[in-house]
Amino acid sequence: MPRGFDPPTGWTPDQPLVAIDDVHKSFGEVEVLKGVSLSVRRGEVACIIGPSGSGKSTLIRCVNALVPFQKGSIKVLGIEVNDPHLDKLRLRKHVGMVFQQYNLFPHRTALENVMMAPVQVLKRLRAEAEAEAYALLKKVRLEGKEHAYPGEMSGGQQQRVAIARSLAMHPELMLFDEVTAALDPETVKEVLVAIRQLAEEGMTCILVTHEMGFAREVGNHVYFTDRGVIVEHGPPAEFFAAPRDPRTQAFLSQIL
Amino acid sequence: MTDRVLPVILPLPKALRRDASSSRLCLSLWHAIALAAFVALTAMAADAATGQPTRASVLVVLARWSPLLLRGFGFNILISLMAMAIGTALGVFLGLGLVSPRRPVHALSWVLTEFFRNAPWLVLLFFMIYMLPFRIQIGPLSIALPDWVKAVIGLGLPVMANVAEIMRGAVQSIHPGQWEAAESLGFTRNQQLWQIVLPQCLKRMIPPWMNLYAILAMGTTLASIVGVNDVVTLAGQVQAAEGGRTDLLAPLYGYVLLLFFIYSYPIALLTQRLERRYAVHI
Repeated sequence: MPRGFDPPTGWTPDQPLVAIDDVHKSFGEVEVLKGVSLSVRRGEVACIIGPSGSGKSTLIRCVNALVPFQKGSIKVLGIEVNDPHLDKLRLRKHVGMVFQQYNLFPHRTALENVMMAPVQVLKRLRAEAEAEAYALLKKVRLEGKEHAYPGEMSGGQQQRVAIARSLAMHPELMLFDEVTAALDPETVKEVLVAIRQLAEEGMTCILVTHEMGFAREVGNHVYFTDRGVIVEHGPPAEFFAAPRDPRTQAFLSQIL
Repeated sequence: MTDRVLPVILPLPKALRRDASSSRLCLSLWHAIALAAFVALTAMAADAATGQPTRASVLVVLARWSPLLLRGFGFNILISLMAMAIGTALGVFLGLGLVSPRRPVHALSWVLTEFFRNAPWLVLLFFMIYMLPFRIQIGPLSIALPDWVKAVIGLGLPVMANVAEIMRGAVQSIHPGQWEAAESLGFTRNQQLWQIVLPQCLKRMIPPWMNLYAILAMGTTLASIVGVNDVVTLAGQVQAAEGGRTDLLAPLYGYVLLLFFIYSYPIALLTQRLERRYAVHI
């Protein structure tokens, strides 16, 4: 088990790492999630696909409590996310998130971006955090870019810094919110390679993605959402080869 | 970051910005040349019109009183610097209140900001002159409050409100993804503000802050109305001391205008340059 892992009370590895149960979420009058349930086991890669506006991003934002929801339950490592008295820090130590727009801190170098949270949030020693930040940047193949500012890097490079930044917190779960959607086609691959490497190392991941090929190749389970519900799900081989629901069929035929 | 991806839609906000800042100083070197020419011409015209050899020429009068007028102008600068310092210090606090997620704090800050931002400076000055005592007693300590100190406070208040508003605007101009990313890394709200958002705001706040200062520097002449011996008051006294010569009025006040121009123009230039530089890098 990775360093710094302290399973919260009651959670054992035989339980799902993420258990989403009947989540409802509305923004004002608009109901974006109409009872979504899914569970992700430790080491599994879950891919969520679906048309724009189907609630995919909202769902994974609910998982790390960036967005509150009205009804239902999400448990991450046994921590109830919808608890009004939730200790958000306790949850976020275990959950990393990577965004479509990278959201690196533009006033800090790549290295500082990676080591800021370990030093300031986890109160780790600077030297220790720095050494690890170097290692993480090396891992995402950004050796030599440690002292570059985000504005000096390509989208793909920035996104890999963002991945390293999340990994620096030693999360148990990584959330990827359409992380390649804003990238140039030629840099998409370098980001996907980094994610695949993580998946192969056994990191539990939830990916919202439009990269069907990647979902098929790396995902253990694929969920198709439309209009706030999960329409169909299954292992990628079955899901892509023989979609049963007409909405899934229509979506896949448009995209593939 | 996001902003980098969106240069296509830049023309609109830029146009809006130009509209919103109609109070912005748009000085050019031509203003200075025109002003200097105005002072010289009115001086010469005045001399030619009177044609009395017993009177000193206007330029001689200006030269004679220059030390006094410059001292008066220095006083204006001193008042402006102190009002800016006080206003900025208070304005930062007020700005923090404006971006606070706590509703009562936000509401109170909002009321204060809107009140002082929308009150005429001159009325605030009168208010301070008449409301503040000329001496305050704190235990054994007695502090005199001369009119110019009251003027500093009176001018500091609208500066405070404007600084707070500049700060709020800068914080809101930061992409919400910055807050989200920081939050998902476990930073507390205060850490998000101080470590992530405010450092990025600083750069964006400097140009409007400097613009505010240039406006304030010129606003210090309002203090002459409430009896502070600033350069405008002194210009009036000079005219009176010269026997109330009406031919002195235009060159004297033209001279005062020139002083303010020479002081404000470099600030305006620097502001524009910083604005242009930051506009590219944001």
